[in-house]
Amino acid sequence: MKNEWPLWEIFIRGQHGMSHRHVGSLHAPDAEMAIKNARDVYTRRNEGVSIWVVEANHIAASSPSDKGPLYEPSESKVYRHPTFFDIPDEVGAM
Amino acid sequence: MTREDAFTQFLLQMGDNTLILGHRVSEWCGHAPVLEEDIALANTALDLIGQTQMWLGLAAEVQGDGKSADDLAFLRDAWDFRNVLLVEVPNEDFGRTLMRQFLFDAWHSIQLGRLMKSSDERVAAIAEKASKEVAYHLERSADTVVGLGDGTEESHRRMQEALDYLWPYAGEMFQSDEADAEMVKAGIAPDPASLREEYDTLVSRVLTEATLTIPESRFAHKGGRTGAMHTEHLGHLLTQMQWLQRAYPGAKW
Repeated sequence: MKNEWPLWEIFIRGQHGMSHRHVGSLHAPDAEMAIKNARDVYTRRNEGVSIWVVEANHIAASSPSDKGPLYEPSESKVYRHPTFFDIPDEVGAM
Repeated sequence: MTREDAFTQFLLQMGDNTLILGHRVSEWCGHAPVLEEDIALANTALDLIGQTQMWLGLAAEVQGDGKSADDLAFLRDAWDFRNVLLVEVPNEDFGRTLMRQFLFDAWHSIQLGRLMKSSDERVAAIAEKASKEVAYHLERSADTVVGLGDGTEESHRRMQEALDYLWPYAGEMFQSDEADAEMVKAGIAPDPASLREEYDTLVSRVLTEATLTIPESRFAHKGGRTGAMHTEHLGHLLTQMQWLQRAYPGAKW
């Protein structure tokens, strides 16, 4: 049987204060059903407090063949890492 | 009929409904038309089995002759079951499975809403816990009934056939007898007949949105919730469900 439902990418927020993370994808006829399916497929072990769904074809992605120009220039720029600063304790977890 | 007998009967009705429907729904595991529905149905089945443990656990407690919920589920024969006939009819196609689920969920959600105000704290507590699960079951089955009813020509036809077949089984959920009168008097459970109006309003709203036509006949198959007569399907279901305990009595794992 041909599956005619579009593919949706699923993002779940594990707890308050954390950001949504990509957990996988699934098929559904519309956004509302995608949220329901995500609830059933990805939160059945109490993993989430919030769900985002995005139709996969709305996601624009970088091309693997552009890897060199996109990412290699930053490899030699260690001074961009914030490891040279002392972070005050009051800031808490970052 | 004594109050204890009536209470036990009521608890068996609640627990047998969820047990038998839970088993029916679990039959789709690994066979549903798409993976997402397969998992969703398995979740529903597991919710229903979890509720069964609570209802039959309390039934065994009220009965007071040392039985457990497992004994009640696996060691009774067809005539001892008190589920409505609706939940034991075979799955047939996915449309009939979902229509049956919707017709049951609609009743179940209204019933649990009333039971949350039960004079018996244990009943109210089970209803409170189950009602959140059932609210989701209803949302999902109602959406699917609308999606398929108002879908393609074929899905519409299948859903109308499912409704025509199942509608005569819906009426049994609202039939009252002397045991129910006893429960009303004790403030434990509502009169089944008193749920009908709210049910009809809910069901006709969803079925209208699904472009489906409710059959005019009010004829209702009956006999399940009193135990007078089940369909032939229940016995076949029990041979599957109870097989292991019957073949290997007391087996644990």
